[in-house]
Amino acid sequence: MNAMSPEVTADGRKIGPVLMEMKSITLRFGGVKAITDISFDIREGEIRAIIGPNGAGKSSMLNVISGFYVPQEGEVWFRGARRPQMKPYQVARQGIARTFQNIALFDGMSVLDNIMTGRLTLMRSGLLSQAIWWGSAEKEETAHREKVEKIIDFLEIQNIRKTPVGRLPYGLKKRVELARALAAEPKLLLLDEPMAGMNVEEKEDMCRFILDVNDEFGTTIALIEHDMGVVMDLSDRVVVMDYGKKIGDGTPDAVRRNPDVINAYLGVAHE
Amino acid sequence: MNESDAVAEGRSIPALMALNARRHASRPAYREKEFGIWQSWTWAEAHEETRSLAMGFLALGLNPGDHVAIVGRNRPALYWSMVAAQMCGAVPVPLYQDAVAEEMDYVLDHAGARFVVCGDQEQVDKVIEVQERLQHIEQVIYVDKRGMRKYDHSRLNALEDVLAEGRAAHHRFEAELQARIDRIGYDDTCVMLYTSGTTGKPKGVVLSNRNIIETAKNSATFDHLTRAEEVLAYLPMAWVGDFIFSVGQAMWTGFCVNCPESAATMMTDLREIGPTYFFAPPRVFEGQLTQVMIRMEDAGRFKRWLFHRYMAVARRVGPAILDGKPVGLADRLSYALGDLLIYGPLKNTLGFSRIRVGYTAGEAIGPEIFDFYRALGINLKQLYGQTEASVFITQQPDGQVRSDTVGVPSPGVEVRIAETGEVFYRSPGTFVSYYKNEASTASTKDAEGWVATGDAGFFEEGTGHLRIIDRAKDVGRMADGRLFAPKYVENKLKFYPNILEAVVFGAGRSFCTAFINIDLNAVGNWAERNNIAYSSYQELAAHPEVYETIRGHVEEVNRSVAEDPMLSGCQIHRFLILHKELDADDGELTRTRKVRRNIIAEKFADLIEALYAGKDRIYTETEVTYEDGRKGAIKATLTIADAAVAGGAERMAAE
Repeated sequence: MNAMSPEVTADGRKIGPVLMEMKSITLRFGGVKAITDISFDIREGEIRAIIGPNGAGKSSMLNVISGFYVPQEGEVWFRGARRPQMKPYQVARQGIARTFQNIALFDGMSVLDNIMTGRLTLMRSGLLSQAIWWGSAEKEETAHREKVEKIIDFLEIQNIRKTPVGRLPYGLKKRVELARALAAEPKLLLLDEPMAGMNVEEKEDMCRFILDVNDEFGTTIALIEHDMGVVMDLSDRVVVMDYGKKIGDGTPDAVRRNPDVINAYLGVAHE
Repeated sequence: MNESDAVAEGRSIPALMALNARRHASRPAYREKEFGIWQSWTWAEAHEETRSLAMGFLALGLNPGDHVAIVGRNRPALYWSMVAAQMCGAVPVPLYQDAVAEEMDYVLDHAGARFVVCGDQEQVDKVIEVQERLQHIEQVIYVDKRGMRKYDHSRLNALEDVLAEGRAAHHRFEAELQARIDRIGYDDTCVMLYTSGTTGKPKGVVLSNRNIIETAKNSATFDHLTRAEEVLAYLPMAWVGDFIFSVGQAMWTGFCVNCPESAATMMTDLREIGPTYFFAPPRVFEGQLTQVMIRMEDAGRFKRWLFHRYMAVARRVGPAILDGKPVGLADRLSYALGDLLIYGPLKNTLGFSRIRVGYTAGEAIGPEIFDFYRALGINLKQLYGQTEASVFITQQPDGQVRSDTVGVPSPGVEVRIAETGEVFYRSPGTFVSYYKNEASTASTKDAEGWVATGDAGFFEEGTGHLRIIDRAKDVGRMADGRLFAPKYVENKLKFYPNILEAVVFGAGRSFCTAFINIDLNAVGNWAERNNIAYSSYQELAAHPEVYETIRGHVEEVNRSVAEDPMLSGCQIHRFLILHKELDADDGELTRTRKVRRNIIAEKFADLIEALYAGKDRIYTETEVTYEDGRKGAIKATLTIADAAVAGGAERMAAE
């Protein structure tokens, strides 16, 4: 493994050793190759972005990381060990949480209850004791509620704690989804287009929350995003995909100067 | 412990806190909702925390006489910071938390603050911005640690750490702290509060322990406040009212101060706490009433009928029952039934179930709004005051409450009306001086202690209640010599839920005109129900039907103004609806949301010109400041509308 020694970024955050490594991943749907032979790594504590034009295979890549898709070729390494084929819930238990491009919350449930579902993988008491509310169940719920309240405080959504999610505007729903993912206390947080469809102010808020999460909890973040400005500002390193292939990988500045990237994505240098 | 007489008698805020820690040791002193739960501290605990914090301040080198600026939302930690500063012999200077960096720059510079205690990162950022220029700021202390990790901590400390430091060092500082507390005299400075600056730069009002404690004592006695009261501390800490209610009276009576979770949860927290003693500016009551009315419009037909049926009963007999006047048995039964079906649940929803004394002040409150709450059985009263008086000048005794007066002089306060009509007062709460501003002190307070309020008013014959007409300097003459009192008309306009703000012009002119700001909540709701599409405030404000509605309101006000022969000249002949909301960030309102007339007149000079030039439309560009301090411009073409005037004014207009 090409684990690098820990280093410190300009703003004082610690970037640790490699947390997850994708080795020569190829993913096919029938005859269509969604991802072709892609390798990259995600290091502990960093914000890693995956960018690319529509249909480049970004979401597929995220789904491979989250265990939803199983690649035909290649290996996924997580925390120094090769990950066997897993169900998404098993991946979640390993400490990987995600948000979705098209918000997947329970509309009829309150914000609080939605976030509590994020702690499901961490709950230990059995169905029976939870149902009759006896023994460890109550104590456990209190502990979980406390964690959830800290996240509510962190994301500044105290005022909508008891509001059904269905009644919230789009930007807040995105924030609730982030809260639910955080509730699982992930090592690695996957964000699928966290700013899609937001106005400038909501984007700024979301950026701040992503940076704060990374900073306060030390959570490693991998995100897909269309908004180039956001990506370049937020991330430590960027992977660029086009037609299922990796065409660039490096710091935002390096990626911005990469001629292949300019050709494929930014579309400036076309003759 | 060796205590001086001053401490034993509670002649300073720290001394009162020490007394409470003994008298009410295990009773709740502070509560704050955090992480979804009301956390509480008893008087003994709060006293201990405050002492530790004070020792932490000593460790950081706080000297007697230093100014400690406090800026943030209402939180127990910030209240303790104020008292801790006093314990060290320093003077707390609470600032408005929504002030932008440049406003804060002026005040921090003027006060010469050495220590600044901030609520969170947002405030710290502003202080750091001005710190480059203001070298006298030595220590910045913050409460909320979030986002602060990456900052340079050489002159920056978390309050928690200061507290821990103070706790650890108590052997070293105990004696020094007690000595400093013992040295605080009754006439030493208790707090410095900056006026909101309706005109010009804010002034630092120096208030002594005597001012605050005498006022707290008198007003607590007036309303029979006890240690059992619950208050919600949600108004800006920089405002004198909050200092009197949440510090002065709380320390004097030993009641509990509750801090909401965040500004956005205020209404929920209000309902959960159910305060017994409550203060709110008229706009809070207006806002709540508007909410209730909007929701009733959306309710089912039966509920709506029930609501209107019983609200009619309440309006008829509610205030009389509240005042203890004789009311017939049938009406009493009807009211009791209404209480069961409507008033009780409604008060519960609003968080007013337990209110014993409620006050409103700062602006005139609409009679409709005032009566609505009184009718529900909420003992809402008015008071008249200012920072320089430690709040209280006049207030309404129970049973003598009306919407158009501000009551009788508070205990210990003398009030007289000068020949010019200006109101003067003298009281134990009268401020010591304006900080570093002897000229203003001398022009406001005379040698005998009489203070000019700057308001014009008169005592009503028979009842002895004071009525305030307007700011004395705003009361002017029109071109033909008739009296011009803009606020009088503006208040009448603002009583309509659709109108948020109004600014009336007419001094030195032949007729009056007005700028109107619509209330986006109320008008937006109306638009929704009438299927009127709009994409922005500007578009809604320019809608012809909105103009028609506002014209209706203006004409009604004109008819009402015409009834008063003295003020009939103040009828509005022409008006326009502004394309933007008047905003404190743009300097158009003070931080307490009072209209800054001169600045508006200057900024919108082109619009005023158009109103008097008889134009129908006017194109304008206005600079706006966003919350983060950036500037932008909005362009609009505004319609100018005419309004019918009543009675004798017509003749004047024709000239």
